Amino acid sequence: MSTYLASAAEPGSVAEATGVLSLGWLLILLPLLSAAVLLLGGRRTDSFGHLLGTAAPAASFVIGFLQFLALTGRDGEDRAVGQQLFSWVPAGNFNVDVGLLIDPLSMSFVLLITFVGTLIHVYSIGYMEHDPDRRRFFGYLNLFVAAMLLLVLADNFLVLYVGWEGVGLASYLLIGFWSHNASYAAAAKKAFVANRVGDFGLSVAIMIMFAKFGGVSFAEVFGSAEGASEATLTVIGLMLLLAATGKSAQFPLQSWLGDAMAGPTPVSALIHAATMVTAGVYLIVRSNAIFDAAPDAQLAVVIVGAFTLLFGAVIGTAKDDIKKALAASTMSQIGYMMLAAGLGPVGYAFAIFHLLTHGFFKAGLFLGAGSVMHGMNDQVDMRRFGGLSTVMKLTWATFALGWLAIIGFPGLSGFWSKDKIIEAAFVGEGWRPWVFGTAALIGAGVTAFYMTRVFIMTFHGRRRWTEDVHPHESPLVMTVPLMVLAVGSAFLGLVLGPTGLLDDWLAPVVGEHGDEHPVIAVPVLTSLTVLLVLVGAGLAWSTYQRRAVPTVAPRGTVLTRAARRDLYQDTVNEALLMRPGQYLTRSLVFFDNRVVDGAVNGLAALIGGTSGRVRRLQTGFVRSYALSMFIGAAVVVGAMLLVRL
Amino acid sequence: MTDFPWLTTLALLPLVGALVVMAVPAGDRAADEAGALRRELLAKQVALGFSLVTLALTIALALRFDANSSAMFQFAETYEWIPQFGVSYALGVDGIALVLIALAAVLTPVCILASWHDVDVLPERRRSVKGYFALLLLLETFMIGVFAATDVFLFYVLFEAMLVPMYFIIGSYGGAQRSYAAVKFLLYSLAGGLLMLAAVIGLYVVSDGGPQAFLFENMLGTEMSTGTERLLFMGFFIAFAIKAPLWPVHTWLPDAAAEAPPGGAVLLVGVLDKVGTFGMIRLCLPLFPDASKWATPVVITLAVVGILYGALLAIGQTDMKRLIAYTSISHFGFIVMGIFAMTTYGQAGSTLYMVNHGFSTAALFLIAGFLISRRGSRLIADYGGVQKVAPILAGTFLVAGLSSLALPGLSTFVSEFLVLVGTFSRYEVAAVVATGGIILASLYILLMYQRTMTGEPNEHTSKLADLTMREAWVVAPLVAVMIALGFYPKPLLDVINPAVGRTMEQVGVQDPEPGVPAAEGVSR
Repeated sequence: MSTYLASAAEPGSVAEATGVLSLGWLLILLPLLSAAVLLLGGRRTDSFGHLLGTAAPAASFVIGFLQFLALTGRDGEDRAVGQQLFSWVPAGNFNVDVGLLIDPLSMSFVLLITFVGTLIHVYSIGYMEHDPDRRRFFGYLNLFVAAMLLLVLADNFLVLYVGWEGVGLASYLLIGFWSHNASYAAAAKKAFVANRVGDFGLSVAIMIMFAKFGGVSFAEVFGSAEGASEATLTVIGLMLLLAATGKSAQFPLQSWLGDAMAGPTPVSALIHAATMVTAGVYLIVRSNAIFDAAPDAQLAVVIVGAFTLLFGAVIGTAKDDIKKALAASTMSQIGYMMLAAGLGPVGYAFAIFHLLTHGFFKAGLFLGAGSVMHGMNDQVDMRRFGGLSTVMKLTWATFALGWLAIIGFPGLSGFWSKDKIIEAAFVGEGWRPWVFGTAALIGAGVTAFYMTRVFIMTFHGRRRWTEDVHPHESPLVMTVPLMVLAVGSAFLGLVLGPTGLLDDWLAPVVGEHGDEHPVIAVPVLTSLTVLLVLVGAGLAWSTYQRRAVPTVAPRGTVLTRAARRDLYQDTVNEALLMRPGQYLTRSLVFFDNRVVDGAVNGLAALIGGTSGRVRRLQTGFVRSYALSMFIGAAVVVGAMLLVRL
Repeated sequence: MTDFPWLTTLALLPLVGALVVMAVPAGDRAADEAGALRRELLAKQVALGFSLVTLALTIALALRFDANSSAMFQFAETYEWIPQFGVSYALGVDGIALVLIALAAVLTPVCILASWHDVDVLPERRRSVKGYFALLLLLETFMIGVFAATDVFLFYVLFEAMLVPMYFIIGSYGGAQRSYAAVKFLLYSLAGGLLMLAAVIGLYVVSDGGPQAFLFENMLGTEMSTGTERLLFMGFFIAFAIKAPLWPVHTWLPDAAAEAPPGGAVLLVGVLDKVGTFGMIRLCLPLFPDASKWATPVVITLAVVGILYGALLAIGQTDMKRLIAYTSISHFGFIVMGIFAMTTYGQAGSTLYMVNHGFSTAALFLIAGFLISRRGSRLIADYGGVQKVAPILAGTFLVAGLSSLALPGLSTFVSEFLVLVGTFSRYEVAAVVATGGIILASLYILLMYQRTMTGEPNEHTSKLADLTMREAWVVAPLVAVMIALGFYPKPLLDVINPAVGRTMEQVGVQDPEPGVPAAEGVSR
């Protein structure tokens, strides 16, 4: 089951890129240049900034699509081409080039990033129209697209790291886009720091790779993985998992994602739903050669995924802020992808499958939420929504498709992709399939509940609007992207899943999987899933449609209150990390001033006299210093004479 | 290579500049305000001119430098000085010295331009304006000289001489606590200098003697007993550790850097302190290879403590300049760790780190200085919302900060990662603990940025002006270098690698092979 990267221990056995496939660098450079123009050009570029900013990812999409066509024209095993651009860090044995790898996995991401990315750029033209800093916004978005493309196209871990932190930087800048709001600025910092904890893992993983395998390129690392000890691979795997939990907001580094909703809504759609937060899944699927040989690390991935999918789902049930509810859902859905990625060859393709469909429907849902906010004076409290289906018909219809897709309504995208993960989770022996499969199954039911809740509270039921709002449908520049994404939400799964297209496409990268059978027969599982979805949705319907939704949140049960407070994730972090950290820095400052420095000052006072005399000494000091140097020189001369004579 | 004394010319040029600046008549401010201002401006222009010519000459030198030359030092000049005691006037550069001279040559004009009005506005107007700029140039002469010296005694003399202009820059032109800071700086340096002096004498005693005994290449391979070698090593090392500064002999730095005028702080932390780490790689390792290996576990431990300690202290600071000074203590920990990890890539990383840290810290100190000159306070709590009123100032400060926290794509990342990976090959635990520093770094930089730049402007910051054209010209080259070296550090690494490789040969250590467990490597 070895894939071409694992067998390509010799650099260069991946074919050299030719034709349109050798334009990978341009794919990255276009949005990067656009970002540079917009950020350095200042106000002069205000007039056309949004147009340039949208054209750049669109052009990247065109190139990416042409590359995709070129790739499909090749045989499965030849669908990987590499390109070395320039020597980046040549330092003795440590020698890293900037190189790109275009293969089915990176290509899938390129298409997702540039296509959904372009749509979100178009949407942002309308959404950010009245913001005086719209140009800067597009500059940051372009920077993000460039960094994300670098992340997925890199052919080694160090260049991947550049993209990895590059998207983190863009995320930081965009969460804090309205940083004059102090809490938004704090949210931006929180996201960056949490991601840095993950980056610690990526750093250590790369160091181990170099120390053990003598290189950090995918070919070198995956090629050497077979001969490495399981212990080494397990440590690398766990470190990569730590990195992934930071970037993909998985337990225990999940707490930043909810706060990240401080960013403008298109940012939430692009970065914190469709693309950046899925980079952790990419990292694990890309490193399949390592994880396949490190079952303990795989188990850790599955546990993290299964736990987070329930954790996020529970939080999602209690949030009244529409964006935070969607953020919790994102966390939960990425949990599904992680779970699948941790299952090994049986799950890799499904992780990517769900990642792609999720990219469409979650981006659509976020943009739909943005459209609602646009019409409701930027309100986010769903308790003050309701009955919007009649005034925002397009938004309602597209949101409905996204909602049906995510809950796994039979036939729509989420049904195909999530169902496959649930099936895969039930594959295996012993206790695992039962535990992880059940988690995935329960998650599906809870997802149906909270998403139906969001849908009904926003679009149906009694109008609970505050007095000053006059909801209206958004302009076409915003609704057209919604419609395109809705089409994807509806049909992408059908096109890629049951046809086996995606499976075959990804097989050269992640390996083939055989005909594994879940411990429960597939038709039974499918029916069970649909049943649970119906129960979850029905429960939400009976609670929020049939009964009036109070405009002020009721006190709720213990569980509801806990979920509202994100299951106390911040409280725990504060108690375990922040408070002790503050005590530590404060006591160290005291220690440095009083103990370390105090000793020195005492010594200085002894030599230089009391502090009152220091002032007087100041002028005389240089003279005495010159004198001491002179005496010193005399001592040297004397000593040398003594010794040599 | 021609026989033209390139390095002497390069080193003396700023000195000549300093003399010319001092020769500009000061004029009487009371009698002729406009005339005095005109002459002060002339003095500044002369100073800037000389520093730019020095920079141009450095670039010419760098272009003539042959990275693949087999000679240990290029542009070498050797003259007898005090042959009775084996002292020569000998200059020469290898790749390590070259990049550090280039650092000094770039930062001096940047600091001169940045300090344009710093002295004019001092509360006591009696400070000589031209004197300040002359001191900066004098300092440049010594900095170039100390990096280029290939005679151990000459190195010592210049090492000590550097203190004098710096002492005046802090003591005469500094902030409210300047005399305390200047005296502390001097006392610390004196203590280190005395130890080094003793070691220099000792080195001569055990050397083979002769009229060129102090030449670096003649000192190499000097036979000495283990005990002597360790003693001499410690003499040099402690002096360099104080200069660098390494934990726990660091407490002079926050005071000196905070009280020094911004330009002085940049040259102090950005270049002067590098003489410490430069001395470790140039003198300690090659002259005392066995003692260096003996001391490695302790040094690495001190370095790792310094990395975390400096970072934690930085997080706890309330004064912007002190904060930046503490971040430097953390960064110097990385540099020292990479040097003593004894791998070529670790040492190449450390050398590159010296350069990168110079640029990023310079940008942080100077932009913070611009901010402080507008508001008149160094306290972080006095700021807020600057991003809204001065976006360019805030934006460039963020870029400098991101480079300081080693964001991939900016210059410091490459060097920091090389140091970490170089250390990891031998000392896994130390490297992993030190990697924790990257988390703390994100905290100290982003907390400072959050507290000063974001939020709503307060009554004091709401009227702050953005960077002026002059200030933008100061910051732009630094930002450009940080980005350029982040994506393309190859030109510097190509120059550094052969020099580092030679150092490793002199120490007699080879890079560990991949896959070999750390325990089977050198020592430990």
